Amino acid sequence: MIQNVVQKLQEKFSPRIISVNEFRGEFTVVVKKEEIVSLCLFLRDHEECQFDYCSDLCGADAYTPENRFEVIYNLYSMSLNHRIRIKVFVDESSLHCPSVTSVWPGAEWPERETFDMYGIVFDGNNDMRRMYMPEEFEYYPLRKDFPMMGIPDSIPLPRK
Amino acid sequence: MGLEHALGDSAFTTTIDSAINWCRKNSVWPMPLGISCCGIEMMAFAMPRFDVSRFGAEVFRFSPRQSDLLIVAGTTTYKMATVVRKIYDQMPDPKWVVAMGACTSSGGMYRTYSVVQGIDQFLPVDVYVAGCPPRPDNLLHALIMIQEKIQRGESRSTPMTVAAERAEKQQLLQIQGINN
Repeated sequence: MIQNVVQKLQEKFSPRIISVNEFRGEFTVVVKKEEIVSLCLFLRDHEECQFDYCSDLCGADAYTPENRFEVIYNLYSMSLNHRIRIKVFVDESSLHCPSVTSVWPGAEWPERETFDMYGIVFDGNNDMRRMYMPEEFEYYPLRKDFPMMGIPDSIPLPRK
Repeated sequence: MGLEHALGDSAFTTTIDSAINWCRKNSVWPMPLGISCCGIEMMAFAMPRFDVSRFGAEVFRFSPRQSDLLIVAGTTTYKMATVVRKIYDQMPDPKWVVAMGACTSSGGMYRTYSVVQGIDQFLPVDVYVAGCPPRPDNLLHALIMIQEKIQRGESRSTPMTVAAERAEKQQLLQIQGINN
């Protein structure tokens, strides 16, 4: 049961958990970013959790003065068929977040994508290159202050 | 195209020119560049139902070195633009370009930072095809327009021949005459 998982998390990580939210049976746990790797390890290895699959990892820009960015982890357990969502706040003053590639190696590309779109650097991910945008691109397109049509001449076109 | 530079602007060379253009227009070798969903319609255009071989353009070459018509079929991102241009540069002269579909012609529904708002920003385009994606008959129509251009000796990528320039001027005069 996913309720048991959330209870276990609260018992073990209670001072580092910022909030727990339930919406239509889906649980979202917000945790301090320093704790994300140990929490993920716990979720993967505990016999009542068994979150063996990191189905998605993405960023979000709330454009607030504090805790501007979020990193959102959507986890799924193939053996127990349940899901949980973990959130971490990343402030603009230090755009670093611990990488979970040591827990799920498949998180490498989603972390690169989040870096490409929001500029959040994942410490511990050994391949922090851009995913979609050209290597020499200087901006982060999914940030709220990036204009939708881009910055003129930021990506060179071949000459006519 | 090329010939008259060697032989001069005489009656003989213009006749040869039109004969060569006639041969050329009936054996267009397209280079398919199916970058997204328009590519599927481009495949249908080559398949038996629409059958592009009726117009002599069934030899799809996957090497730009062997083709003279570039069909850019699909959304062209900034990252892809250098590739499209490279393929275009590898094609031997004379060559023609079809911008197939709304995305290729103008960016289409992708009004974003990552999509080039029309490939004519970095390529000379001969014919634009409307539609999202265009039906294969629409692309056939574009091919026929390209054939007419070839017969006239026109191509956006190479300088115009004397005869083609004269023909275009005449055509313009005709259009102006109709408008007046």
